Amino acid sequence: MDIYIIGQQWVNGLVLGSTYGLIAVGYTMVYGIIGMINFAHGDIYMISAYLTAIFLALFAAMGLHSVPVVLLGVLALTLLFTALYGWSVERVAYRPLRRSTRLAPLISAIGISLILQNYVRISQGARNQGVPPLLEGSFRFPAEALDHRFIQITYLQSLIVITALLSMALLTWIIQRTALGRACRATQQDRVMATLLGVNTDRIISLVFVMGAAMAAVAGFLVTLNYGSFDFYVGFLMGIKAFTAAVLGGIGSLPGAMLGGVVLGLAESFFAGFVNSDYKDVFAFSILILFLIFRPSGFLGVPEVEKV
Amino acid sequence: MKGRWSTAAWVGLVALLLFTPITGLVLAGYSVELHGQRPLWLACMAVLGYGLFSLPWKRWLSELQRSTRSEEVDAPPRVAGSRRYGIALAVLVALALPFLLGKYGISIATLALIYILLALGLNIVVGLAGLLDLGFVAFYAVGAYGYALGQHYFHLSFWLALPLAALLAACFGMLLGFPVLRLHGDYLAIVTLGFGEIIRLILNNWVSVTGGPNGLSAPFPTFLGLEFNRRAKQGGVPLHEFLGIDYASEHRAIFLYLLLLLVVLAMVYVVVRLKRMPIGRTWEALRENEIACRSLGINHVTVKLSAFALGAMVGGLGGVFFAASQGFVNPTSFTFFESAHILAIVVLGGMGSTTGVVVAALLLTVLPELLRDFADYRVLLVGIAMVWMMILRPRGLRQRRRPLFSLPLPKGEGP
Repeated sequence: MDIYIIGQQWVNGLVLGSTYGLIAVGYTMVYGIIGMINFAHGDIYMISAYLTAIFLALFAAMGLHSVPVVLLGVLALTLLFTALYGWSVERVAYRPLRRSTRLAPLISAIGISLILQNYVRISQGARNQGVPPLLEGSFRFPAEALDHRFIQITYLQSLIVITALLSMALLTWIIQRTALGRACRATQQDRVMATLLGVNTDRIISLVFVMGAAMAAVAGFLVTLNYGSFDFYVGFLMGIKAFTAAVLGGIGSLPGAMLGGVVLGLAESFFAGFVNSDYKDVFAFSILILFLIFRPSGFLGVPEVEKV
Repeated sequence: MKGRWSTAAWVGLVALLLFTPITGLVLAGYSVELHGQRPLWLACMAVLGYGLFSLPWKRWLSELQRSTRSEEVDAPPRVAGSRRYGIALAVLVALALPFLLGKYGISIATLALIYILLALGLNIVVGLAGLLDLGFVAFYAVGAYGYALGQHYFHLSFWLALPLAALLAACFGMLLGFPVLRLHGDYLAIVTLGFGEIIRLILNNWVSVTGGPNGLSAPFPTFLGLEFNRRAKQGGVPLHEFLGIDYASEHRAIFLYLLLLLVVLAMVYVVVRLKRMPIGRTWEALRENEIACRSLGINHVTVKLSAFALGAMVGGLGGVFFAASQGFVNPTSFTFFESAHILAIVVLGGMGSTTGVVVAALLLTVLPELLRDFADYRVLLVGIAMVWMMILRPRGLRQRRRPLFSLPLPKGEGP
């Protein structure tokens, strides 16, 4: 096997995996704190892709063309608005169900997923959308190689990996080191006790949704810049893949989400590269099912014991 | 009251912020068009919606329930008189329907019946046994493709394919059921979702066997060996010649509709009976508290598997009828959206209620046809209804309180 092809698959897998990891954070944090699968999280990601394209177009219309300014500005706006979507979804569809039956939040989330998809489809049209290429060019290793005997990393790909790492580091810092993060961890461990000790758990849960949506927004921003094309249905597949990543890493665990994302990204790109690219989604779903059945706690999770 | 007003203002403000980028700025190529009015309208609607939703619906519904409940608890567990007439009337209307409607109407009615069948099947799994299955469409696909593939490769007739495909779907249900038994609610939902997608992707990608995205043809059933075409092939006798009536293209549609109606009625009967049988009670008990059930010695494996298998079988039946009525199957009919649609029927029908499911299936198939102008908004409204239903009535619209067991009343002391 050609070392360069293998190396290229590593690069592709890492890039794919870090976006999975970013989205998986939303699943894993929400699951950790209220024990529900936020089925609409993939659609939050989809919303962020649209927001990215819209803000890019707005910036272009305003005559701003400096690449760093545009990138930072669009990222900030996308983050803000996507976080607002995440917050509203929690407030409207999940908070009233806090004491409801077991299935109610999940069904409500499916409803939200249908709502978001069709809301975007109706307002933006069902056609494929795109963004203009913003950052072109790539690194090559070795630099002066001929006929495919090199590993290529585009600037955008490196931007994806770096941004993903930075935002994960920021999030980990927030969770581990700040008072807010301490309240989050307390709520995750024991919601009633946290409430008794003066933590406003409703606000913390909202915050978790906001942070999850913000991470999804980072992923949506990066993936949209990289692939340039999306439609109102992209959230479904991306959501399931990211959820798979969360399960792989151990749902509820923050480093697990990133690890699961990278493992899934690598596995998927190697499967697509060397086995069969038609069945790469089948492969990802199979990993998900096998893990849920045989090792539901993933790599880093703790086994869950159901109590009476 | 003052709090309400300020909340309403907040709702309006947040809604304006939410709606401005997505609805107000529409992508056109690499630029945006401004639609300034849309977010304003939507924000007004959000405030109005907030007002509507914060009306005391819960109290009204439970008061409505209280006014009817006494009668329901006391009613003996058999079909009450007025309800029996209602059912008879509904069946008569359903029987007469194909002769009153045109070809288009019959096709809609057939589709509605297929959805009733599917929803009845999913209702066993989700509504009764409480196992959230997001991949129900897999069994539907197994039924439809079972018929089409059986016809294509083994020349199975419709009548042979009907039980075989149902059996095959039931086997798939068991196959899926076995490994997921240990999983609880949410994980189960995701595993079934993955299973459904895997089935669809295989149907889509295994081109040499399933025809891939081009699909397969599924021929129309015959009636006692008589065909519904104008001219039968290879020496067969077309039905219209046999009966000595004029040929009409509607005959086959009417025939399929009536056949399907028969199956649906049988299924409704089976489900209603099952609910009263020990197995049905066990399903519901397991839904309410699995640990308690297992402590009482209920074998959760057989109980869950039976729900899965039965639900899958009904889904498979629906698939065969779908294939026969369309004359053609391809993977696009079996996306996750279809699962979500069937789930929406079960949820809006009030999980577990047979009547509710039938009514919801009719509403969700017939209303969109009548309200063609709102076709774009159909799924959006279904989603809103699902969320609202979960907030108001997560256990189903009717929330029947039935006696856990009822002693036979001594003669002469009845109410």
